[in-house]
Amino acid sequence: METLTYEYRGGRPVNSPPPSVLVGVVGSGNLEVLVEPAPLGGLCRVEVQTAAVGFGATWQAVLDDVFARHPLADVRISINDVGATPAVVGLRLDQALDAFAGGTQP
Amino acid sequence: MSSYYEDSARGRLDGLLDPGSLIEILPPTERMVSPHLRQLDTPAAFDDGIVVGEGRLDGRRVLVAAQEGGFMGGAVGEVHGAKLTGLMERALDTRPDGVLLLVESGGVRLHEANAGLIAVSEVMRAVLAVRAAGIPVIVLDGGTFGCFGGMGIVARLCDAVVMSEEGRLGLSGPEVIETTMGVEEFDSRDRALVWRTVGGKHRYLLGEAATLVEDDVAAFRAAALALLEQTPDLSLAALDAEHAALGSRLERFGDCRDALDIWEKLGVEEPEKLPILDTAGFLATVRDRRA
Repeated sequence: METLTYEYRGGRPVNSPPPSVLVGVVGSGNLEVLVEPAPLGGLCRVEVQTAAVGFGATWQAVLDDVFARHPLADVRISINDVGATPAVVGLRLDQALDAFAGGTQP
Repeated sequence: MSSYYEDSARGRLDGLLDPGSLIEILPPTERMVSPHLRQLDTPAAFDDGIVVGEGRLDGRRVLVAAQEGGFMGGAVGEVHGAKLTGLMERALDTRPDGVLLLVESGGVRLHEANAGLIAVSEVMRAVLAVRAAGIPVIVLDGGTFGCFGGMGIVARLCDAVVMSEEGRLGLSGPEVIETTMGVEEFDSRDRALVWRTVGGKHRYLLGEAATLVEDDVAAFRAAALALLEQTPDLSLAALDAEHAALGSRLERFGDCRDALDIWEKLGVEEPEKLPILDTAGFLATVRDRRA
């Protein structure tokens, strides 16, 4: 297990966000993503717990792409991962952040 | 039509309950995760693999629990079990019209050893307390992972089980039987054998499933709603009758080596055709043939 934390600046807060959004399941090759509004002084913070150790640089690359697509502020993203591939991680985050910004639970 | 088998625990609840009526207790944002998995360096889930809460079923007030098979096969750990037990205790306090258990579980979460075993036994006691208070507890079993081990016992302690053909119900799961007794005793990769032994059609024929429905969330909803009308009967007379029925069933079918033998003894013509029938065709074929 490895715990990784990433922080992004320069995003925009979502107007009247939902209390939380949860997508995915903690199963092999899958992950769960929990998105919540949080008073982080404009930060977007991503906390990852992953069963696959040693992929910090890959997470950084995937999350950079995700933040470029969804530049959000004052958001806490919590991830429990069981070895999902980068493509699956990207899709799950798109799914979660679309729902968060759209204000509906998927 | 929306497949119950393919859906997640949360998706099933969304389709089952009146829209927007679910109020979750201990939602993922509370992060009530397993204390044991972290010690074992294993990923935890924010809801420990189970959703519990209150909702409405066609306006009726119900408490619900839905196990997520995708997380550790729906296995019951300490927190997971405590959420189930707590839901039952809430039923005693708030007296809903019924409790719905959307089971999907391989049984006790072995990672949590005695804590998981104790949790399951607490769930069993709590289910019986709710039934004794006159509140029906109804099981829905149609998920990908079936319902086995301690949760198989829990299911049969409840008032009624609703299954789809795809659902499975048993004590030792197919892989466990093969591992302990050998492949000659039970080949867990023989899917036709697995389904005709622990699948919904067989459980319905034996009377263990009260209702057999299509793999459709709306069909499960309709079946659960119909069963809410049932009042639990835990009287001595009812238990005596149940024991007598189980005894005579063993006498009648004890020498059968395969579910096909049982179906033949039940008087089903061409029993080998039952597995390929759709739900409606099956129910028409076995009318008045259940044990």
